[in-house]
Amino acid sequence: MDKTYDDIVQKQNKGAKSTKKTYLDCFVSFFVGGLIGMFGEWLVEKYCLLFHISRSDSMAYMIITLILIASFLTALGIFDKLAARAKCGLLIPITGFAHSMTSAAMDARSEGLIHGLGSNIFKLGGIVILYGIVSAWVFGLLRYLVGGLS
Amino acid sequence: MLLVRSFFFCGFICLIAQVLLSNTKLTPGHVTSIFVVSGAFLDVFSIYDKLVLFFGGGACVPITSFGHLLIHGSLAHADKSGFLGIFMGMFDLTASGITAAIIFAFFFALIFKPKN
Repeated sequence: MDKTYDDIVQKQNKGAKSTKKTYLDCFVSFFVGGLIGMFGEWLVEKYCLLFHISRSDSMAYMIITLILIASFLTALGIFDKLAARAKCGLLIPITGFAHSMTSAAMDARSEGLIHGLGSNIFKLGGIVILYGIVSAWVFGLLRYLVGGLS
Repeated sequence: MLLVRSFFFCGFICLIAQVLLSNTKLTPGHVTSIFVVSGAFLDVFSIYDKLVLFFGGGACVPITSFGHLLIHGSLAHADKSGFLGIFMGMFDLTASGITAAIIFAFFFALIFKPKN
């Protein structure tokens, strides 16, 4: 009896700790994700002013900049440590996509250029590309057939 | 003002993802694919376009905008060249992001060596 009681208490303590941790994780990912979104918007405004380009072009440059930063941090090994703390705050923005591509490429680099790097670079990033294209094609076809273009 | 809106929108998306990740058995791969599909779904009735107008760059940063850009490009191309446009316009808008990710991943993998 004592043993089971201890087990239950331990389980409850663990549960309490994990829910606390969950709340903290949620707050951290909200904060970090928000910061990245704000940084993106700030970059868009700066690019518009600095290079005199339209807002849609500026958005493309902003996404490329974020991908460059995320790939570089992944290559240095910093991104993994940051993502272990911020979790979804770094994985859901476009930085997560860049991280998945770069980390897959770096892991497979040792197996050679063709059958290592070449065939494994889309190992993780392929999830996003595949399901994005399939869903976009199906939804696009539905909208085309229903006939409500623009 | 757009900065604050971006902060709250992008943070809110990440918050939903974190809640999904920690309360269910889904892996980060599942969560990101769910968000891409939902982004594509939101653009079927041009809802995401309004979100981008209202929230600015904050709505373009999360992975949901990837799905939105895919379907947006294909629908815009379908407007011009009919049925074939759904196939041809798929990468019109996301091409820069995908190309950048591939190029940077390739060169960084060549230059740097993995730690651990």
